[in-house]
Amino acid sequence: MIEKTLKGKPAYWIWLAVLGTFIAVGAACYIRQYMFGLGLTGMSRDVSWGLYISQFTFLVGVAAGGLMLVLPYYIHNYKAFGRITILGEFLAISALVMCLMFIMADLGQPLRGLNVIFFATPYSMLFWDMCVLWGYLLLNLLCGWVILTAERKQVPPPKWIYVFVAISIPFAVSIHTVTAMLYCGLPGRHFWLSAIIAPRFLASAFAAGPSLILIACLIMRKYANFDAGKEAIQKLTTIIMYAVIINTFFFLLEFFVGYYSEVPGHIHSLEYLFFGLEHDGHVYNNLVPFMWTSVVFNFTGLGILAYMKIAKVFDYRLVGASAVLIFLALWADKGLGFVFGGFVPNPLEEVTEYIPTMNELGITLGIWATGFFLMTLFYKIAIGVEHEVEA
Amino acid sequence: MDTKRRKFLKMAGASVLAGIGAPAIVKLSTKDAVAAGGGHGAAKASHGGGHGAEESSGVRLGMVIDMRKFYDNQGMLDKAIESCYRVHNTPKIDNPKSEIKWIWKTGYGNAFPEKSHNHRSHTVHESSFPVLCNHCDNPSCVKACPTKATFVVEKNGIVAMDFHRCIGCRFCMAACPYGARSFNWEDPRPHIDKPYNADFPTRMRGVVEKCNFCGERLALGQEPACVEACKGTGAIVFGDLNDPKSEVRKVLDSEFTIQRKPSAGTKPSVFYIV
Repeated sequence: MIEKTLKGKPAYWIWLAVLGTFIAVGAACYIRQYMFGLGLTGMSRDVSWGLYISQFTFLVGVAAGGLMLVLPYYIHNYKAFGRITILGEFLAISALVMCLMFIMADLGQPLRGLNVIFFATPYSMLFWDMCVLWGYLLLNLLCGWVILTAERKQVPPPKWIYVFVAISIPFAVSIHTVTAMLYCGLPGRHFWLSAIIAPRFLASAFAAGPSLILIACLIMRKYANFDAGKEAIQKLTTIIMYAVIINTFFFLLEFFVGYYSEVPGHIHSLEYLFFGLEHDGHVYNNLVPFMWTSVVFNFTGLGILAYMKIAKVFDYRLVGASAVLIFLALWADKGLGFVFGGFVPNPLEEVTEYIPTMNELGITLGIWATGFFLMTLFYKIAIGVEHEVEA
Repeated sequence: MDTKRRKFLKMAGASVLAGIGAPAIVKLSTKDAVAAGGGHGAAKASHGGGHGAEESSGVRLGMVIDMRKFYDNQGMLDKAIESCYRVHNTPKIDNPKSEIKWIWKTGYGNAFPEKSHNHRSHTVHESSFPVLCNHCDNPSCVKACPTKATFVVEKNGIVAMDFHRCIGCRFCMAACPYGARSFNWEDPRPHIDKPYNADFPTRMRGVVEKCNFCGERLALGQEPACVEACKGTGAIVFGDLNDPKSEVRKVLDSEFTIQRKPSAGTKPSVFYIV
């Protein structure tokens, strides 16, 4: 099936070339970082995790979001998702590869990475995160490949594969739950020390993942002669809408707890993210524009989706706009604010702001480009098989 | 008193080195600790309203920092810090972003954010407080570490680091409620004052480091560098918290002391007299 990636229109090759350029730049930046050390990043003693870990956290959610296709199709036998469920599985694979690359980029001693296995430590959440991420990656590779192969041969998939499909469902929930546990089990980090983190992660994941699939579907509808079907698209927008509503609700609860109780630890990070935190006469606020953009995008996207449901209109441009807005809003929320905000103030109530360096941005973009590169190849295979079956 | 403490430290140190002598001393101390716990000790150990009393067994090294001795003698604090950095080949990096800190000076409000309030005394407000790793009895950094590169030394309760196993994931830095851990963002060696102390390793980039309660000096029967720098003043008292006869316990039993962020549940082994 891999041969399907070798034939395509010029637009396909141009797209891959653009991504390839970013990958090359990212690789060069990584070599620089590898030679010098993580001092080439904007991370510091106080903000000891930066873009790499925040992107990792966001992308685990994108990977888990594929569940919103797998669950209706395999468990509830929702036939309209027949053409796009494979896209959810392939998205999960691409997102997980990005996750693992971001982790490796973040390690101070990447060559010692296998120590996590040699000296396995079950009370560390990082150990369990490694287990579930690899588990979910392998499950998706297996299920995606077997089911697509069966489709190509136009036979029903073997029965045993459904065992693995069923296992992959709790795995999808577990990858994001365990990722939330990396944060919400740490004493002294008030912003993260909240039982709502895991549910909020899942809610935002179930919006972000399907949003990206929706965007991909619309692009492929235009350029790759692939129509996911109006019913499937509409159902996806419903799923995204409810997930965004739940995520927003959870987030507003954090605001209530902080600003009504007025316990300083519960307010500081929110203050820093949304209004700027004053400290020793200086106001620290470099994430404020991102967070308010996130809020505006979130509610605009939600408004468009609600409008389409209430007014019973359907327009691909509106669908696309809402998906893009929501994806960006959730990215700013979890891919920036959640991780960076948790480090402000530091345990000694001092404030250090984080500003990524160009080298760090190069690596980050390079890893995103790798993910999109893989996703493009996988989707090319999936569509190629569907076209072959239809022909 | 001093000779007695030295004797204990020598025993503890030797046992660390030999490994064989360890069970004997641990057993001895455990017995004492249990005996104390059965009497009046149990209530003393509890820092809250009686819930979650601290009960640990074996040797648990800790220290009391008597700020009354430092208020008029802040230079001694600099001496203690300098001594620590020299002994441990700790790099001095000017950029606060990449700084490495083992023991350093901070304000009262920074060291004790939960006990910070308006109208504190001028002395407290204007003095620098030393902060360092608390060598917690229930360390959250150890729980976080995915490779056991940071661990509790069973023989003495020190939270130690294996610089050769650390993968540099910095989970421990996120987990520490005291900001006690530093990461080598770049090669530290150009920033170390020469000559190196040949008795302690330098670090490579990409690993985390922090105060080790001078485990390597204890093994030779010496006191921690910062304790030695304040010798004779009683500013820093060091010893076994579980031994009711130790000097540190005598101070704890007779003075009102506070810990940094006891609410984090980590059970710090560093106490302050403010």
